[in-house]
Amino acid sequence: MNLTLKIWRQKDANSKGQMVDYKVTDISEHMSFLEMMDVLNEQLISKGEEPVSFDHDCREGICGMCSMYINGEAHGPDRGVTTCQLHMRMFNDGDTITIEPWRATAFPVIKDLVVDRSAFDRIQHAGGYISVNTSGNTQDANAIPIAKEAADKAMDAATCIGCGACVATCKNSSAMLFVGAKVSQYALLPQGQVEAADRVRKMVAQMDLEGFGNCTNTGACEIECPKGISLDNIARMNRELMKASV
Amino acid sequence: MSGFFKSSVGRKVSMALSAFFLMIFLLQHLTINTMSVISADLFNEVSHFMGTNPLVQFVLQPILIFGVVFHFVMGFILELQNKRARKVSYAKNNGAANSSWMSRNMIWSGVAILAFIVLHFIDFWFPEINTKFIQGDWSGLHDGKFRYFHELQLKFVNPARVAAYCVAFVFLGLHLAHGFTSAFQSVGAASLRKKLNKVGLAYAILVPLGFIIVALFHHLSYNH
Repeated sequence: MNLTLKIWRQKDANSKGQMVDYKVTDISEHMSFLEMMDVLNEQLISKGEEPVSFDHDCREGICGMCSMYINGEAHGPDRGVTTCQLHMRMFNDGDTITIEPWRATAFPVIKDLVVDRSAFDRIQHAGGYISVNTSGNTQDANAIPIAKEAADKAMDAATCIGCGACVATCKNSSAMLFVGAKVSQYALLPQGQVEAADRVRKMVAQMDLEGFGNCTNTGACEIECPKGISLDNIARMNRELMKASV
Repeated sequence: MSGFFKSSVGRKVSMALSAFFLMIFLLQHLTINTMSVISADLFNEVSHFMGTNPLVQFVLQPILIFGVVFHFVMGFILELQNKRARKVSYAKNNGAANSSWMSRNMIWSGVAILAFIVLHFIDFWFPEINTKFIQGDWSGLHDGKFRYFHELQLKFVNPARVAAYCVAFVFLGLHLAHGFTSAFQSVGAASLRKKLNKVGLAYAILVPLGFIIVALFHHLSYNH
């Protein structure tokens, strides 16, 4: 496959960026999108040019590091995959592919396609945990009976990898799917009940402080989420906050 | 609780609560409008009751105005916040791949409805306020007969105004097509959002269509 890539290049956080066109040739349809980016970067390095910076780590769809807004969609046109799991067979020979970083005020661009997602970390630090006494007498979590349905829903919520595709794809740059998932995974389990009210209050407050937008229920986040996190988690977060506020 | 309504989640819930109130109001308004098609006398009687009943005039009407103003003002405030949350737009964005046009354009269908409400107030509400509160005429009579039905007919003589009404109600339908189920999601009733999908769609089509039919009926049936 021969492709034209339109890629956002930005020297650093303070520089003004721009879209730059590149050509890549002999791309195998079996390559992942990131492998295609590796080919481009090898070309750039061999020409003495600055390679394109992009986030990646596990390349197995688990770590949540890779991002990229590809042809107008978070993680590209495929469903239920991260950018590292996106294959070049989703594209055609001769295509022009537009590649941009996540766009949100709360996710400032650090360089090229790399954005700072530490806002998510700060939301997690605000309450996305349970306090466990690690004295050596900690009770086995499996000793507490949990209904299968609750366990399944909690697990579904916990599959959120915090990649930020929900924010990137939301027309309002809302982080409610992420926060909804993190609130839900604890709210559904007995271990999460003790700090539930405090957790949801603090996490929503931190989310608002970070400058994310407001959810208008377009449902785009659920569609683009590589882990298929459901909008039900946002509704649960809303219920949890209502409960915590009365 | 005041802290709740200052949060993004609380504001979303407050938008939904005002939306529920306005959706119930729309049903009541459509019911009375439909009476004008069934019987001029019935419409006159009900209009006079609504226009002179102290509970309606001094309790329900202020609540309604608050609900309308709140929904619009909060809608604009949230939209401004959302714009600030993404200062740099995407060069290429494929919104249609993951969401409906209606859900992405609530602000524009809302602006169209606001423009209609301004026209509606100029047509009906301001003259009513003038007659009742400035001129002090609470009789509802003109030349010894109830004036409401005749005034309604006169408003739908001009085809341009009728066209504007019809277009506005199409936008209302688009707004409701997303807004109805969205309101349930916002208050945390995710299961109702899914169960009421068809009810929401029916509401979004039938209610605006009802208003359009009433407007067209009076435009076509008025004997010049």
